[in-house]
Amino acid sequence: MTEAPAKARSANPYLKRLMWPLAVLAVLVAANVAVTGIDFLVPGVQDGRLNGAFVNILRRSAPLLIIALGMTLVIAIKGIDLSVGAVYAIGAAVACQWIEGRDESALGTVLAAVGLALAVAALIGAWNGTMVARFGIQPIVATLILMIAGRGIAQLITGGQIPNVGDASPFVELGRGAILTVPVPIWIAAAVLVALAVLTRRTALGLLLESVGGNPEASRLAGIRARGITVLVYLVCGLCAGLAGVIGAANLGSADANNGGLWIELDAILAVVIGGTALLGGRFFLLGTTIGVAIIGTLEVTIINVGLSSQWQFTAKAIVVLVVALLQSPQFRAWIARPFKRRTAAPEEAVAE
Amino acid sequence: MSDQPIVEMTGIVKDFTGVRALDGVDFTLRPGEIHAVMGENGAGKSTLIKVLTGVHGPDAGRILLDGAPVRFAGPGAAQAAGISTVYQEVNLAENLSVAENLLAGREPRLGPFINFRAVRRRARALLDDLGIDLNVAAPLSSYSIAMQQLVAIARAVNIDAKVLILDEPTSSLDRDEVAVLLGVMRRLAAEGVALVFISHFLEQVYEICDRMTVLRNGKLIGSWDTADLPENALIGHMLGREAATLEQIERVAAAHQVADEAPLLEAEGLGRKGAVAPYDLTVRRGEVVGLAGLLGSGRTETVRLIAGADRPDSGELRFDGSKVGGHNPRTATARGIAFCPENRKTEGLVADLTVAENMILAMQASRGWARQVSPGQRAELVSAFIDKLGIRPADPDLPVRNLSGGNQQKVLLARWMLIEPKLLILDEPTRGIDVGAKADIQRLVAELSADGMAVLFVSAELDEVTRLSDRIAVLRDREMIAMLETEAEMTAEHIVDAIVAGGRRD
Repeated sequence: MTEAPAKARSANPYLKRLMWPLAVLAVLVAANVAVTGIDFLVPGVQDGRLNGAFVNILRRSAPLLIIALGMTLVIAIKGIDLSVGAVYAIGAAVACQWIEGRDESALGTVLAAVGLALAVAALIGAWNGTMVARFGIQPIVATLILMIAGRGIAQLITGGQIPNVGDASPFVELGRGAILTVPVPIWIAAAVLVALAVLTRRTALGLLLESVGGNPEASRLAGIRARGITVLVYLVCGLCAGLAGVIGAANLGSADANNGGLWIELDAILAVVIGGTALLGGRFFLLGTTIGVAIIGTLEVTIINVGLSSQWQFTAKAIVVLVVALLQSPQFRAWIARPFKRRTAAPEEAVAE
Repeated sequence: MSDQPIVEMTGIVKDFTGVRALDGVDFTLRPGEIHAVMGENGAGKSTLIKVLTGVHGPDAGRILLDGAPVRFAGPGAAQAAGISTVYQEVNLAENLSVAENLLAGREPRLGPFINFRAVRRRARALLDDLGIDLNVAAPLSSYSIAMQQLVAIARAVNIDAKVLILDEPTSSLDRDEVAVLLGVMRRLAAEGVALVFISHFLEQVYEICDRMTVLRNGKLIGSWDTADLPENALIGHMLGREAATLEQIERVAAAHQVADEAPLLEAEGLGRKGAVAPYDLTVRRGEVVGLAGLLGSGRTETVRLIAGADRPDSGELRFDGSKVGGHNPRTATARGIAFCPENRKTEGLVADLTVAENMILAMQASRGWARQVSPGQRAELVSAFIDKLGIRPADPDLPVRNLSGGNQQKVLLARWMLIEPKLLILDEPTRGIDVGAKADIQRLVAELSADGMAVLFVSAELDEVTRLSDRIAVLRDREMIAMLETEAEMTAEHIVDAIVAGGRRD
């Protein structure tokens, strides 16, 4: 930290926040490379598409990433959205149910299905936002309602069955296809990342979100329309969850109302936190969330690669979360560093009043 | 007063990332004395206190307590050694009763259980000792901030303190409460407790302190007996420049005539139940209207209705020739009404955001999220205002939480000046900030009004109100009781008379 030039230090608090998550990801990747060779990281091309362990991790993590990005914005305004897993299931159910029984190979049918699924998801997001912003219901309660009801709604949509979409349908390309050798889900997730980054950082939305999350009362008195922004953010989060559901369903060729996207809200919150966005709101880091998702995805593979049984999965995940949380704690870093720098005074975060 | 010091700090150095907050400071405290630590914001007062109370460890220097070298591991260790602190912000649990707050952690017990009867008895005795009259069984939240502050002091005193540090304890107290507090301080000093007093109110410092230590930019300027340090010399030491700067900003009011035009703002019977009784108020362009009154007299509540921060439940507001309906902060901003709230930390600034982001906030809010102030334009505006207002450090990318109180207040002012409002409402803009920044802000208000901006100015300091205002509205018990209009009426004495008369009226 000392060798960082003064300019970089003041200009890039973002890079500094990303440093620890990146380090953890690097360690995980290095562990895999050590066990399985460099093939883990470097993709090969097979049947006109990229193939390799890391590419597969990214492809399978795409729905989680899309959800976690939406969640990042919600958390930035001191909110939380527990309903994303249920919205995932609804998005999947709406799309598959629409296609089943129609001409599944027609592009128009598929586009209509996706459009309908996204519209429903956005509507649900707006509902969540309205509950929070207009009626002042605590976010955890407001979204808990749909977390519980959502899977029931998905079951009603599918009539309790699991609708299937055949492999011939263009719909499944959303989950399994590749463009320019890169899997479609990765394209979509990347597009969502870029779109949200542009939406928040090339407009003033990011600043206003961080302001509302950092100090709601001061933001109100500064004349910020917090209500509209809150609804918008929950709407975007719902939209993301619906899109993730569509991709998940396309990958499987079916929609399971009970198990599709189960517990994905917890992984999404985890990714956001690993990425450096505080649950208290304020500053948010879309790139940090992306790294968080990559860590979670890589971890699952790592456990198998290093020869641990799959029963270790949850425990290992908890350990990694613990490590990242500790690394991000200034108190812990100071405590660890203390024996090494007796004489060089540890810099403190506080500044003289 | 004995000559053997209870606390002796020598050569204290404290660095924060890149900033030397204390640079070889010596500080000596004797039993039974009341010792003021003076200096502008950023001078190092708070840091010195935090080193003494174990919040920060010093990077160099040593601390002797009762002649023995000490190194506190944390505030708990300092407290155990007899050093207690009462901070500006009340650090108590509002939901607990007064008695529970007073004795939390030291409750009298009956076996494993807390003896609540004894808790209340002990608490009542403790408050009686200090001449404070409160219902000890009532929740702390049912009392004003001022009373809560007194409870915090009583709690600190109860912990057998040898040294009691009072960091801006009077900034939210009214006159009577200050008198009670100063009385308590004298009583403690007579019992041999050494007191450290930090306050921006010079009259209180002169009234009560035996000695003063002055800091500037982290360096010790000197320690004096109060009798040997006249007020202008003290201000000179604190500012590092010739005193009497404050006098120079004598109102330009005489030179500038408030144009006798139609009022910009007209409030008729505006009021809100439980906050402020219906009042009439007009403000013209280029006019500074002061609001004076004791704490809790309804000053803040009055301006919050005009700012759209609270909804009035009676009366009518006209602004710039048209009736104001559906008033809220956003529409107020759009009309050209800017409001700097009393509490800049909780209602003003977003602590995590940078200086630049905080400054641009109101302008950005009025444009909506889709029309971003371009980065180039933002950098230009922000650096212009950093220069104009003399904000230090002059780094637009620093989180605003790292600035001193005076500089934070200037950031808040810049936020509103950026949108060029027609009416600027300032609620206690100079509270808790140093003399230099205070002078800067007062000068700014005079300049803005000379340029035609209307200003509503709330302040607890009568001198400040009389110096800056063209007219003064006086409040008492949540009611506007007088309007002082002529130069002859606008003196501190007249305001006090009006308040007293207002009390006698009914």
